[in-house]
Amino acid sequence: MANHSATPSANYAAAPSANPVVNADGTIPGTDGTRRDFMFLATGAALAVGAGALAWPFVASMAPDAETIAAGAPLEVDLTPIQEGQIVNVFWRGKLIFVRHRTEKEIKEAAAVPMKDLIDPQADAARVKDGHAQWLVVYGNCTHLGCVPIGHQGQYEGWSCPCHGSLYDTSGRVRRGPAPTNLPVPPYGFETATKIRIGEEGGKAAA
Amino acid sequence: MSAHANTYVPKSRLAKWFESRLPLVGLVHSSFVAFPVPRNLNYFWTFGAILIAMLMSQIVTGIWLAMHYDPSAANAFNSVEHIMRDVNYGWLLRYMHANGASMFFVAVYIHMFRALYYGSYKAPREILYILGVIIYLLMMATAFLGYTLPWGQMSFWGATVITSILGAIPIVGETIQSLLWGGYSVGSPTLNRFFSLHYLLPFMILGVVVLHVWALHVTGQNNPAGIPIKSSKDAVPFTPYATVKDVFATVVFGIFFAYWIFYQPNYLGHADNYVPANAAVTPAHIVPEWYFLPFYAILRAVPDKLGGVILMFSAVIILAFAPWLDTSRVRSANYRPIYRQFFWLFVVVTILLGWLGSKPPEGGYVIAARLCTAYYFLHFLVVMPLVGLFETPNRLPGSILESVTGPGKQVSGSGMPAGAAAAPQTKG
Repeated sequence: MANHSATPSANYAAAPSANPVVNADGTIPGTDGTRRDFMFLATGAALAVGAGALAWPFVASMAPDAETIAAGAPLEVDLTPIQEGQIVNVFWRGKLIFVRHRTEKEIKEAAAVPMKDLIDPQADAARVKDGHAQWLVVYGNCTHLGCVPIGHQGQYEGWSCPCHGSLYDTSGRVRRGPAPTNLPVPPYGFETATKIRIGEEGGKAAA
Repeated sequence: MSAHANTYVPKSRLAKWFESRLPLVGLVHSSFVAFPVPRNLNYFWTFGAILIAMLMSQIVTGIWLAMHYDPSAANAFNSVEHIMRDVNYGWLLRYMHANGASMFFVAVYIHMFRALYYGSYKAPREILYILGVIIYLLMMATAFLGYTLPWGQMSFWGATVITSILGAIPIVGETIQSLLWGGYSVGSPTLNRFFSLHYLLPFMILGVVVLHVWALHVTGQNNPAGIPIKSSKDAVPFTPYATVKDVFATVVFGIFFAYWIFYQPNYLGHADNYVPANAAVTPAHIVPEWYFLPFYAILRAVPDKLGGVILMFSAVIILAFAPWLDTSRVRSANYRPIYRQFFWLFVVVTILLGWLGSKPPEGGYVIAARLCTAYYFLHFLVVMPLVGLFETPNRLPGSILESVTGPGKQVSGSGMPAGAAAAPQTKG
């Protein structure tokens, strides 16, 4: 640096101090000034932005890749072979989905539950499609820690989780913890009366 | 004991040339040869050496297993069976690695309870102790990642349950989950990255172990009396005394290890893990490996998902605060009549939590797990601060030497134990 050399540069020759390497108040020339501060901040900012720009591809590479996303296209399920009372497992995006053909008794039980008895209050009608109350389509992983609950089991005869004892009713709503929420309903719609399309609702594909 | 003299004197010209450029031999000599060791150490102090041996065993067997393992969801299970059936001595490598993980935890739990009983976490060893807690956390992460690799039912569902735990974190939870999964659920991309991280973490453990040993050699070892080395008569040189004792203990531990490898290789695992991963069926009774059971019991004791997750992590993190939660200035529980009883109660409660973690989450088991969880935290948050304030400790010995020989007796000569150098003609 020029200001540290034995022969002071023209800039510093005019300085009042006899010793150009140290200011009168004992500080080094430039450290209190604006140019070095600017350089320090500018370098720091460039470094931070650069580190972020470099980290981004590393983090982004861990997100679901194109192949995984492509394999997550909507799935058509034919309902005709599913008997009343039967629960069928299907997979969409690697996630288990239960398609349950509910009996009259099960539908009545689900509809009759008062909202105040529910941990995560939601009407049965809001969990099925209009006019298709016999079909319940829900994700098949317990909302506690992701185990697969066993169908037709437990006090409410919906599902019972073998891992930590959560119970669900015939609408897939949680009735006893530790699960915090109901089994979520995936995006789906009826193509015909006997065919559903999972992953697409109202003509819009799921994110 | 950082002030002890470096007694290494290079003799040959090559050794002198090397030492003046990189004093590596002198460092090893001062750390593992001349290093003064309290003369009253019992066998609980050999578990550090045993743990280093276990870490080396895990790294070596792991590198060899990785030569035959295929980390894809389609082939992982079969490649493990290939190791068991086709690879020469593959069964031995895998059983050493799988049981080695359990033995690693056996040793670390003894090591940790030793630290808690003898107050090894207290000043000036706080950093040394916290580095130990960090190693323990890394060990837990490594063990969890490794257990998913065989891609059996327990592997798959263990991975699902634990990654779902991260989903409970508000706001960022689901993003973290998606980045860990590399998909919409646990699958092949998850297995592949878990394998990568499982290979990485042991070397991070190794790095923290170097810091742990460094910190140990700055403060010196604690000892059963909990008092510092005051004179050379309180200590013996690391080599040969501690070296031989550590090697002997490691060999005895190796016999214990060998028993599991050759006679009960699958006892500590789960039969369900010999069933290939199936996303449609959860094993009837899902439990983690035995070394996670106390924390699993704490997780299940709370009826709220996020609350359970917070409490489970707190149960590990709270260990790091022990140096400041314990208000007693006496280190060793040998001289703390009240605290000693609470300590053993804590040991019993922890073992009980482990047992409860293996039981189904219903009825009396849940109530018992809640009571034990409450005591686990009370021990740190109430017992440790209060007992230190109200307890009258027993009289401490004047020196480490006095704690060994009894008050008033003297041993002549250097720091060697009495009789160590006597009658050499009878010592083969």
